[in-house]
Amino acid sequence: MNLTLYVWRQKNAGDKGRMDKYEAKDISPDMSFLEMLDVVNEDLEREGKDPIAFDHDCREGICGTCSLNVNGVAHGPEKGTTVCQLHMRNFKDGDKIYIEPWRAKAFPVVKDLIVDRSAFDRIMQAGGFVSVGTGGAPDANAIPISKEAAEDAFDAAACIGCGACVAACKNASAMLFVAAKVSHLANLPQGKVEAKRRVVNMINQMDLEGFGNCTNYYECQAACPKEISVKFIAQMNREYFRSLRYKEK
Amino acid sequence: MQGVNASPTTASMPARLLNRSIGKKILMSFSGLVLLGYVVGHLIGNLQIFVGQNALNAYAVFLHSIGAWLWIIRAFLLAMLIIHVWTALRLYFENRAARPIGYKRKVYQEATLSSRTMIWTGIGVFLFVVYHLMHFTLIITNPQYSHLEDALGRHDVYSMVILGFQNYLISAVYIVSIAIVSYHVAHASKSMFQTWGLNDTNFEKILHPATVIFAWLIFLGYVSIPIAVLTGFVKLPEGVI
Ligand code: HEM
Ligand code: SF4
Ligand code: FES
Repeated sequence: MNLTLYVWRQKNAGDKGRMDKYEAKDISPDMSFLEMLDVVNEDLEREGKDPIAFDHDCREGICGTCSLNVNGVAHGPEKGTTVCQLHMRNFKDGDKIYIEPWRAKAFPVVKDLIVDRSAFDRIMQAGGFVSVGTGGAPDANAIPISKEAAEDAFDAAACIGCGACVAACKNASAMLFVAAKVSHLANLPQGKVEAKRRVVNMINQMDLEGFGNCTNYYECQAACPKEISVKFIAQMNREYFRSLRYKEK
Repeated sequence: MQGVNASPTTASMPARLLNRSIGKKILMSFSGLVLLGYVVGHLIGNLQIFVGQNALNAYAVFLHSIGAWLWIIRAFLLAMLIIHVWTALRLYFENRAARPIGYKRKVYQEATLSSRTMIWTGIGVFLFVVYHLMHFTLIITNPQYSHLEDALGRHDVYSMVILGFQNYLISAVYIVSIAIVSYHVAHASKSMFQTWGLNDTNFEKILHPATVIFAWLIFLGYVSIPIAVLTGFVKLPEGVI
């Protein structure tokens, strides 16, 4: 099939940027979205033009590197799918496709469709860990954990840190990402010890990075490729409430 | 790199409410809850118009008889309104600043229109509150029919309301305003449970329809008054004008 692409092109962080039009020809419905862009890029290189820069790594939906806003939706039209796992059979011949980078003050564009997501790393450094000496792998079931807690922790831990929640949110809020990280650890006994300090520090860093606030739109959960639930935002709000009076000793 | 705050965990509790994103939402939700309590209480009081002239006027006399308490309640409501509006504006400008460059294409999949228009319905509510106070409480806009007395020499609130709503334009303004209030309440009454951390996937299934029904009840309850006057269901007592 043949498609018309409108792609955000921006030379570097300082450039103003613009939408450019490209034709994608002879695209197979079995290609992934990124393979379709590879084809377009090969054509561009053959013509001696600068290929479209976009982030990708695993291409199997587990690393969280790919990050494209496709026709106004983060990671494109298919629910619960990263854009690297989105297949061209979701489109039809003659479609117009708008491709834009994640848009947030905290995620500045580096080039074309690539944004700098190190704000997420700094939020993790502020509290997304458990401070214990790590010996060898502990025996399974040495620490009893209820089924519910284990499942909640596991569901939250599915977050791959892609940033689609920020991209989708009208306020560019990072609440779903931070909630996933806070809840993942707060549900487990190993993480409970530092729960109060963790939520205070991570929310503090989230605000410093310039993400927006949560209006409870739930747009994040609709866009999340791992279908992280907004119930974890409720859990984080609870954790924050409990730590309002918390002071470091 | 946007900088690192050296000692976030030593921030005091007021700072965590005023200067952190979840803190501001806690302020929004509790001030909003108080306003919501007022919206419901005021509706129950107003519906006494269907009981009759005596009931409504007696209710007004009762409100004024509590004297200092009335002023304490009014001051408290005003303080909550100020916190609510001030925090709403801060959130609005922060949220705008968080996305300086928008999308050429943007499609919303789950965010309701009511949630996305909170600041605009909020400003609508604020303007309505100002007009409403000038109309029935401070009696600035229509003084001609607002100083009547009933047979017992009480302020005739009943006739004032009926004469007010017999004007089509005034009724239209109220009906539209009440729709805006209800639209604000539709998202607000659900959102506050999420802000308090009381929501989860199962509760959401009950909460969502419950808040839609609640918003409709608020709308129908308030709107019934101008509609009843316009249709002649509630009539002026004998001898007024
Ligand atoms: C009858 C009066 C009002 C009631 C009952 C009310 C109630 C509420 C409640 C309960 C919330 C939910 C907070 C949360 O998400 O947890 C809310 C949010 C909000 N209110 Fe109001 N409110 C009223 C008037 C106003 C006014 C006058 C404004 C003026 C600007 C306003 C602006 C907002 C905004 C912008 C939000 C969303 C904040 C956010 O989450 O980003 N409201 N309101
Ligand atoms: S919560 Fe979902 S959308 Fe947000 S970073 Fe994690 S995986 Fe991506
Ligand atoms: S490239 Fe790894 S998730 Fe898409």
